[in-house]
Amino acid sequence: MSVSGYERAPAIADGSRPELRRHLELLWEGEGGFIGWLSTVDHKKIGIRYIVTAFAFLVIGGLEALIFRIQLAWPNTHLLTPEQYDQLFSTHGMTMIFLYAFPVLTGFSVYVWPLVIGARDLALPRLNALSYWLYLAAGIFMYAAFLVGFGPNDGWFNYVPYASRDYNGGPNMDVYALGMVLLGISTTTGAVNFVVTFLRLRCPGMSINRVPMVTWGTVTANAANIFAVPAVSLAFFELWCDRNAGTHFFTPHEGQVLLWQHLFWMFAHPWVYVIVLPAMGMVSEALPVFTRRPLVGYAAVALGTIATMVLGFGVWVHHMFATGLPPISMSFFSAASIIIVIPSAVAVFAWVATIWLGRPVFATTFLFFAGFVFLFTLAGVSGYMTASLPVDWQLTDTYFVVAHIHYVLIGINVFPVIGATYYWFPKMTGKLMDERLGRWNFWTMFLGFNLGFFPMHITGLLGMPRRIYTYADGMGWDWLNLITTLGSFVFAAGVLLFFINVVISYRRGRAAGDNPWDAPSLEWSTSSPPPPYNFAVIPTVASRYPLWEGRMPGSSRQTITQSGLVLDHGKEQIGTGPLDAQADIILKTPEDTLVPLILCLAVTAFFVGLLLHWWWLGIAGLAATGLSLVWWHWPREELGETAEPENA
Amino acid sequence: MPERVQLQTRLPVGAADTRSLGWWAMIFVVFTEAALFAYLLFSYYYLAVVVPHTPGTFPLGGPLAVKLAGPNTAILLISSAFVAWAQTGIERGNKWRLVGGLGAGALLGTIFLVIQSFEWGNQKFDIPSSAYSSLYYVVTGFHMAHVLVGVLILMALTVWAAMGYFNRFRYAHIHIGALYWHFVDAVWIAIFFTFYLTPRLGLMS
Repeated sequence: MSVSGYERAPAIADGSRPELRRHLELLWEGEGGFIGWLSTVDHKKIGIRYIVTAFAFLVIGGLEALIFRIQLAWPNTHLLTPEQYDQLFSTHGMTMIFLYAFPVLTGFSVYVWPLVIGARDLALPRLNALSYWLYLAAGIFMYAAFLVGFGPNDGWFNYVPYASRDYNGGPNMDVYALGMVLLGISTTTGAVNFVVTFLRLRCPGMSINRVPMVTWGTVTANAANIFAVPAVSLAFFELWCDRNAGTHFFTPHEGQVLLWQHLFWMFAHPWVYVIVLPAMGMVSEALPVFTRRPLVGYAAVALGTIATMVLGFGVWVHHMFATGLPPISMSFFSAASIIIVIPSAVAVFAWVATIWLGRPVFATTFLFFAGFVFLFTLAGVSGYMTASLPVDWQLTDTYFVVAHIHYVLIGINVFPVIGATYYWFPKMTGKLMDERLGRWNFWTMFLGFNLGFFPMHITGLLGMPRRIYTYADGMGWDWLNLITTLGSFVFAAGVLLFFINVVISYRRGRAAGDNPWDAPSLEWSTSSPPPPYNFAVIPTVASRYPLWEGRMPGSSRQTITQSGLVLDHGKEQIGTGPLDAQADIILKTPEDTLVPLILCLAVTAFFVGLLLHWWWLGIAGLAATGLSLVWWHWPREELGETAEPENA
Repeated sequence: MPERVQLQTRLPVGAADTRSLGWWAMIFVVFTEAALFAYLLFSYYYLAVVVPHTPGTFPLGGPLAVKLAGPNTAILLISSAFVAWAQTGIERGNKWRLVGGLGAGALLGTIFLVIQSFEWGNQKFDIPSSAYSSLYYVVTGFHMAHVLVGVLILMALTVWAAMGYFNRFRYAHIHIGALYWHFVDAVWIAIFFTFYLTPRLGLMS
């Protein structure tokens, strides 16, 4: 045996020994106190932080919607001025789409991923902390402006020329543009982290055909982000240049206003799939638990997820059917938008078959997931309708499209996310959520949602345009709008029940135990909440449903969770090959550090400098960014990054 | 057949070259950066093709001169060769070849930036002159910012190399930083082709 630290054969031992657990606890628990809170890189703490922050934005965005739903309940209402209405509905869109829908999915993935793949943290824990801080900073950046009356006021998609300086002189659009670039950095760093984690950190034996479904959705979405986010960051940067440096990207005559729409939708259509595929992954993950059988069509659903995402990059022009593009281009994109129904429908049929062939347990999670399948189908049908060119020409810019986007975002994002909260809350807190309140929660939300948003389809078919701050009476829209407003309040009450349930259950919920749902995946083999090191020994899995082995036909118990690789020479993880998941390296995980937070403050200072044209602040922010990055990457002995002394 | 953990397998520990997580992360950083430049060039070609231009406005004042940019391209490519020479050096444990190659790469990168700034100063148009001038300054500006970051990375690596942090077992930092530098050089070829060569094909004026 060589004494070199460059390589080692990891020991194999029983994971239940108390002295091993105490030793790992010391290595992984991190600092306490306020500094420890700021410097943590633990995926479980950061994941919960993400989820709480995203839910806070959900509440804020929801309250905004309720205010303008009161405005729209009756014709000729003047509760809000047109300018206030514009800012409110634009900020509502920005909040829900960028600050809630994706970050909440990221939060769940940050928390759950290492646990379901048998790892101790994400691949890049410091980058994970940075992603969170940048997300928070971007949210504060954009909301600080909204609170002083300078929120975005041109819809979440922010079309030029309304967004250009000539028509929009205030700082509103500069804030939105810079805030979105800042948020884009957070999304990108998160995306890189997930993709590398997926490829390198799955525990030994978790080959590509045994990956839990929840990771398929998230990794597909984040792989897409790597290619999609630069389009919107660039579009917003070019807009900022047009407004502040006199460039001519989007100016009429010199530049081309449609360049904005192309760049924006090249990002934003993939983004629609980015904010639903991880949620669909949650359903595919937990639906089998509540139907007591494996998912029907694992490979078809996984491949369908990827196919949907790939096709999702080729349909952006269907948002631009009314802009006068050449017919050949529109025909192509119309066909692509219709074809994308096929891989999406694969998942629906798989879920229906899973429920059909299984023995459903009507827990709250199941209700939310079954409700989701119904809403997903409605959202798919209305999407399929607008994919058709002549129908879209009739419906574009009406409330029909508003109905469609809300069936997509609430039906395919909010419902699965709340279902997933009921599912993983016991793992996160050690306590079960209340099932009786859960049923009230589901039915109030489900009925309120359909009462509120289904009539919007009809309002749209009757020709009510979207984005208007009020309307004349006698158009045939009055009672439909009143029902929509009533439904949205019922829906909001349902969401309130959810938060009440969270608070009550957190305080005095029933103890959950390790595996309250008798679920098959690895996170349920460790305690609730999990210890800082997640697993005392690295599990080795032998099937897709490790904890159900021996109970399904033709399977025997081969997965090992009790004894396995002991990695206790510092914070260590095992790295495996991307396809076969054979162990090929012992990785060193960084300790808690304040560098991500300092880097985030430096980058944010740079953006504030750009916004206010305080160039000294911008330059200081850049310099601090550079110094933080040098500090971050300084080769460290404890991370196995430096040469050992020659004569050791 | 039951799957068992292999008992006697010796595994590398820590940041081991292309098995290190930083290497994998940098691959995807390069992908996202490449996408960014693809969208920048999309902006260029879209505005070049879709908007009707009066002759001589796109490119503004005729095709860009290659008198400076041509040799500058060569300088950038040679810097990549020096960095590659440094990389193979440390794989053989040659510390001074590493320091020399990285230092030469950083120096040539700096010369590229100086020459490119000189070209900026000598252009007859400003940022707001036209859509073309906006594209020219923003796209080459983006690239210069990337070269600047790359030069700073190479400088940090040079210092760390001189401090003896790396040997023939530990050089993941070098390969990760070098990957970024090679990308910055490669993407320049696409920009050079787009801005300096395609207008000479006579398709757009």
